[in-house]
Amino acid sequence: MTSAPRDREIAVVAFAQTGHRRTSEELSEVEMLMPVLHEVLDRTGLKTADIGFTCSGSSDYLAGRAFSFTLALDGVGAWPPISESHVEMDGAWALYEAWTKLLTGDADTALVYSYGKSSPGSVRDVLTRQLDPYYVAPLWPDAVALAALQAQALIDAGDTDEPALAAVAARNREAAAANPHAQLRGAVPQGDHLVRPLRTGDCPPIGDGAAAVILAAGDRARDLCARPAWIRGIDHRIEAHGLGVRDLTDSPSTRLAAERAGAFEPPVDTAELHAPFSAQEIVLRKALRLGEDVDVNPSGGALAANPIMAAGLIRIGEAAARIHRGESDRALAHATSGPCLQQNLVAVLEGEPR
Amino acid sequence: MSKEPVAVVGIGQTRHVAARRDVSLAGLVREAALRALRDAELTWADIDAVVIGKAPDFFEGVMMPELYLADALGAVGKPMLRVHTAGSVGGSTALVAANLVAARVHGTVLTLAFEKQSESNAMWGLSLPIPFQQPLLAGAGGFFAPHIRAYMRRSGAPETIGALVAYKDRRNALKNPYAHLHEHDITLDKVMASPMLWDPIRYSETCPSSDGACAMILTDRAGAARAPRPPAWMLGGAMRSEPTLFAGKDFVSPRAGQDCAADVYRQAGIGDPRREIDGAEIYVPFSWYEPMWLENLGFAGEGEGWKLTEAGVTELDGDLPVNMSGGVLSTNPIGASGMIRFAEAALQVRGQAGEHQVDGARRVLGHAYGGGSQFFSMWLVGDRPPDS
Repeated sequence: MTSAPRDREIAVVAFAQTGHRRTSEELSEVEMLMPVLHEVLDRTGLKTADIGFTCSGSSDYLAGRAFSFTLALDGVGAWPPISESHVEMDGAWALYEAWTKLLTGDADTALVYSYGKSSPGSVRDVLTRQLDPYYVAPLWPDAVALAALQAQALIDAGDTDEPALAAVAARNREAAAANPHAQLRGAVPQGDHLVRPLRTGDCPPIGDGAAAVILAAGDRARDLCARPAWIRGIDHRIEAHGLGVRDLTDSPSTRLAAERAGAFEPPVDTAELHAPFSAQEIVLRKALRLGEDVDVNPSGGALAANPIMAAGLIRIGEAAARIHRGESDRALAHATSGPCLQQNLVAVLEGEPR
Repeated sequence: MSKEPVAVVGIGQTRHVAARRDVSLAGLVREAALRALRDAELTWADIDAVVIGKAPDFFEGVMMPELYLADALGAVGKPMLRVHTAGSVGGSTALVAANLVAARVHGTVLTLAFEKQSESNAMWGLSLPIPFQQPLLAGAGGFFAPHIRAYMRRSGAPETIGALVAYKDRRNALKNPYAHLHEHDITLDKVMASPMLWDPIRYSETCPSSDGACAMILTDRAGAARAPRPPAWMLGGAMRSEPTLFAGKDFVSPRAGQDCAADVYRQAGIGDPRREIDGAEIYVPFSWYEPMWLENLGFAGEGEGWKLTEAGVTELDGDLPVNMSGGVLSTNPIGASGMIRFAEAALQVRGQAGEHQVDGARRVLGHAYGGGSQFFSMWLVGDRPPDS
């Protein structure tokens, strides 16, 4: 099933991101974000005051303080006052909110940004605070351990093995060799086990980064971009939180979101998957029915750079940028949130026929 | 292009109290959601998407709690969004949900906001030190007191105005079974005799810390036609933000608030809010913000807001009732407080507000603000669809 055609077309017209780094301790979040905001606006020639709606994604828990997004807003330069909102989620969901805002006709352009600094704390520990606060979080099961449960379930089901996981990691990091923004580039040894069966090569780097996208509607998009990346469909779905009630070898929420976004017909040529762990790419490829002819993660994906809260928005930006450059005609972008792919978003982007 | 009209067909809130030790976070939000579903005579299966909001995650110590709450809110297999815009979040959350309907992305949406302040410590949650940034000056009252002083100096308002607001809101709360504070022995003298906390803000002029949740069911024209009780129709809705700190900011009457109200009135075709709006649920966490926001929202001229309060215009039986429910001064589960304003406005135009109902209320404003008076969200709801 695909979503009904809409009478208003929305496109990604510009994308910018930081060079993602293990640490950026000399920079505040705002200082990390500012160059990205300037770059994405410069690409379209727009100024803050020209933007119809602004939406951002970030997490107070990464920043270590409440209302952390308020200072980023000061960096945007919200004067005169702007129409603006924020999701405490990956920026991909901020983009979804902005997309609905443009669909209502209340705005013709939107600025979407997100950022996260994982370096100041132990992100493995921080992410345990996402878990059930009464029964699970007090045990501090960390994100790598939970991902390892998922990887082992896949191995037990006969869907993969350790060499296949290593191949996923190697291919992503080799692709990242051509991505100047990636944190890890080129061949990476498989490494020692971090939490069995996951080795360091199966796990994402811990890093800091930011990303921004500009959306525009209809002819405005054509004015701002030579080849806009039209959002043909976008949908997201959530699953149960408890790992014990989910089949970790499958991702029904990704499949449903892809169906609703119209991802299966016609097929896509490119897929940017937000799979921070190698085993998750196996799950997503199956849910999205991606064949060997699809170029998966030409950017290197989250195994090469995983700035939390921005990594999903970056997938949409990378997919759109390939359409802007004429390297793709129809691309899928995926973002995830929560332990073991609990929540998933799928967007389908298309360029005009050439 | 045309937007789909948005109707409120279900409203539910918890009984707000200082500590709900009998329920988990999941139990708290589910209680409000089930009441909203019951009001709309719908089931979980009728809900296409869920949009939730709350103030910072540090208030309960759960990072991105929408993940954990997906099951409790019947969201499994559905889209779920989590909004966070500081104190305005309850209003912003409702507006994000409304946009899903207005854009025809979904037909029927559950929106909910909550805070369970007893799970943690809000003062701690707001006081994590960051180098080279100003601390929050011992709680929100410390931040807002100087701006109240500035208002008093600018407007020449008598010192008693704040106490009048608190006395009114606490009396209104006695008529609202869901309100946190039920001070049956309240008198104006007691308010004025309460200890000074942050000069000029007295103890009885401040909001409590509450546990609570508020939910609404928003739907399209077809959904409204099936509703068992009168819907409230969204006639206008807007958000505006401005920077926290900069030389040109007017903390007494921020431009973002003025612009936001003007946008809502434009959408709703309101030319004279004072005459055309029948009541307002305004985010007043410290009593003096009633006269300040009356001016900011265009109900009174600059420096004139306190005169409406003093003349009793904002009383429940006044010409422009304000905070008929008892307001934030009587109930403050922070993340939910904005949505409660929006929901109470909808209750009024549906004629469902019970003892605090304003007779004949046809157009009512719901208002929320947050941060250092830099985030605003508002909606105007009416008893008729927008095009009638």
